[in-house]
Amino acid sequence: MIQHLTSLPVLLPMLAGVFLLMPPCGKNKNIRRFASVALSAITFLISLALLLKVQTDGTQVYAIGDWSAPFGIVLVADPLSTLLVCLSGLLGFVCVLYASAGEDEKGSFFHPLVHFLILGVNGAFLTGDAFNLFVFFEVLLIASYALLMHGGDKKNTRAALQYVIMNLVGSAVFLIALGVLYGVLGTLNMADMAQKVAMLQGDDVYLAKIGGLLLLVVFALKGALLPLHLWLPNTYATAMPIIAALFAIMTKVGVYSMMRVYTLIFGEEAGELAHMAQNWLWWLALATIVMGAVGVLASQDLRKLVANLVIVSVGTLVALVTVQTVEASSAAIYYLIHSTLVTAALFILADLIGRQRGKVADRITVGTPVSQPILLGTCFVIAAVAVIGMPPLSGFIGKVWLLQATVNTEYSFVFWPLYLLASLAVLFAVAKAGSTVFWHHQAKISEQRAAERALHERVHPVEIAALLILVACAPLMSIFAGPLSEYAIGAATQLHDFDNNINIILSGGQ
Amino acid sequence: MELLYAGSVGLIVACGVFLILRSRTFPVVLGLTMLSYAVNLFLFASGRLSLNSAVVLGHSNDYADPLPQAFVLTAIVIGFAMTAFVVILAIRGRADLGNDHVNGQVPENHSTSNKKGRV
Repeated sequence: MIQHLTSLPVLLPMLAGVFLLMPPCGKNKNIRRFASVALSAITFLISLALLLKVQTDGTQVYAIGDWSAPFGIVLVADPLSTLLVCLSGLLGFVCVLYASAGEDEKGSFFHPLVHFLILGVNGAFLTGDAFNLFVFFEVLLIASYALLMHGGDKKNTRAALQYVIMNLVGSAVFLIALGVLYGVLGTLNMADMAQKVAMLQGDDVYLAKIGGLLLLVVFALKGALLPLHLWLPNTYATAMPIIAALFAIMTKVGVYSMMRVYTLIFGEEAGELAHMAQNWLWWLALATIVMGAVGVLASQDLRKLVANLVIVSVGTLVALVTVQTVEASSAAIYYLIHSTLVTAALFILADLIGRQRGKVADRITVGTPVSQPILLGTCFVIAAVAVIGMPPLSGFIGKVWLLQATVNTEYSFVFWPLYLLASLAVLFAVAKAGSTVFWHHQAKISEQRAAERALHERVHPVEIAALLILVACAPLMSIFAGPLSEYAIGAATQLHDFDNNINIILSGGQ
Repeated sequence: MELLYAGSVGLIVACGVFLILRSRTFPVVLGLTMLSYAVNLFLFASGRLSLNSAVVLGHSNDYADPLPQAFVLTAIVIGFAMTAFVVILAIRGRADLGNDHVNGQVPENHSTSNKKGRV
């Protein structure tokens, strides 16, 4: 059992998804909810167990069907991928928990689909094979298509149609890129590819470059990098907020793939192709930050605002990925976790606020006050302070770290002012949104009606629990910043240790 | 053979891209299907084109690469599922939005000017 631990974060959600479709769970919604929450908690615990194992025994390589790399497909659980698997496990658990209060009944098959999505995300994080990465991308995408339509209306259908078409074109480009790379390198195992890229000569170099840059297009589409980010605000703002919260991990899959491919395969050691994507990524990332900040300022409702915050975080992460130093990557890892959790918390808050404000919903205008201002207000303040990056919460640590990581790079004179201005814009927009929503309201509603409403629309305790777990992560991440940042530095060191990576993966983790 | 093969793949991709850029969902779905056909052919060719080479070990000196065939098989299965999904979604979009435009609305001067009408 213990030697198969690496494969469990992929297998378990799949089995959970299938199990939840079967009779006792398919028929009775209470059993289904309970089973789903329990199974997602188990997935999370298994991921934590894997994290402990990786901590003590080093990187785990699991050869599926015992076909060793580079002939078979391997799952690679190194510190970085395991950490992200834990993150997706936690997010999945929180989303299932939150939805169990009633959101899951607005459409069919919510619980199985969430588990299938987690399966795809975990697989994409763990896999060491580029074609397998494509397969897991498709798994998570088809689950996301269906989830996007969950409990949807007309606006939702339009956004979903565009999202699906965009991603299908993206998949086609992904396959073309893989075909080109396979044709040139003769392998799709990432470690093996990294070895062979350095040995290319003549025209093959340019073919590999084409393949690599086509991959960049795909990852930029998944990660919502500038020219390909237009699908994101609409999709995230029209999906049900809890699903948007879950989707917060999906852009990170794109960023993670960029990290892998452009650090391992086309990184330091790639001969003529070393750092080939850096120039593209750097300027696109900066432009993404600017566009995200402009979007944040222009947002008319909370959900759109949070969706634009996702874009800002993607831009920041990609900028860090391009710097290609251990310090920048460790800052990126910390920031990635922080931003995923905080945006998820904000999506959930937007949902609760929207529900309690009646007709105005989550639009940032004067309207009826929320019925539980203290609970929601406090959570909003914590999440907002974290997302803006003010002390003392996790956002501040992430921000200081990433500014420090970029201070010695040649581009810091562009990045610093741009990033700080964007943060200022975010600060302004979030503060304005918060004060409008919580403080400016139409004064007159009769007390009796107010009491009635308060009773009626009270947040379900399960939802509060889910929200608190996410919101608590921000202070926890700054209290435990020491161990977390040590772990992130360790993970980044491993990510950049080219020879070690290749040896471990190709020798089967000995 | 290579030239003919590359030319046909290129032609199918061009048709696919043209259809994807149309404003109604049906041509877009057709375009996506075309594109996925072209991609399958392309993947198949990434193992090099060869005639009369064996697939089973011990029958010849010349072997066909089996891996691209596995890729194509996977890609066909996934492409099939995705096409089915997008067709259903397009039908739902037609019902929900009242028209079959990708943008969800008929452009105002659609019939008079075809410059702005095409999205």
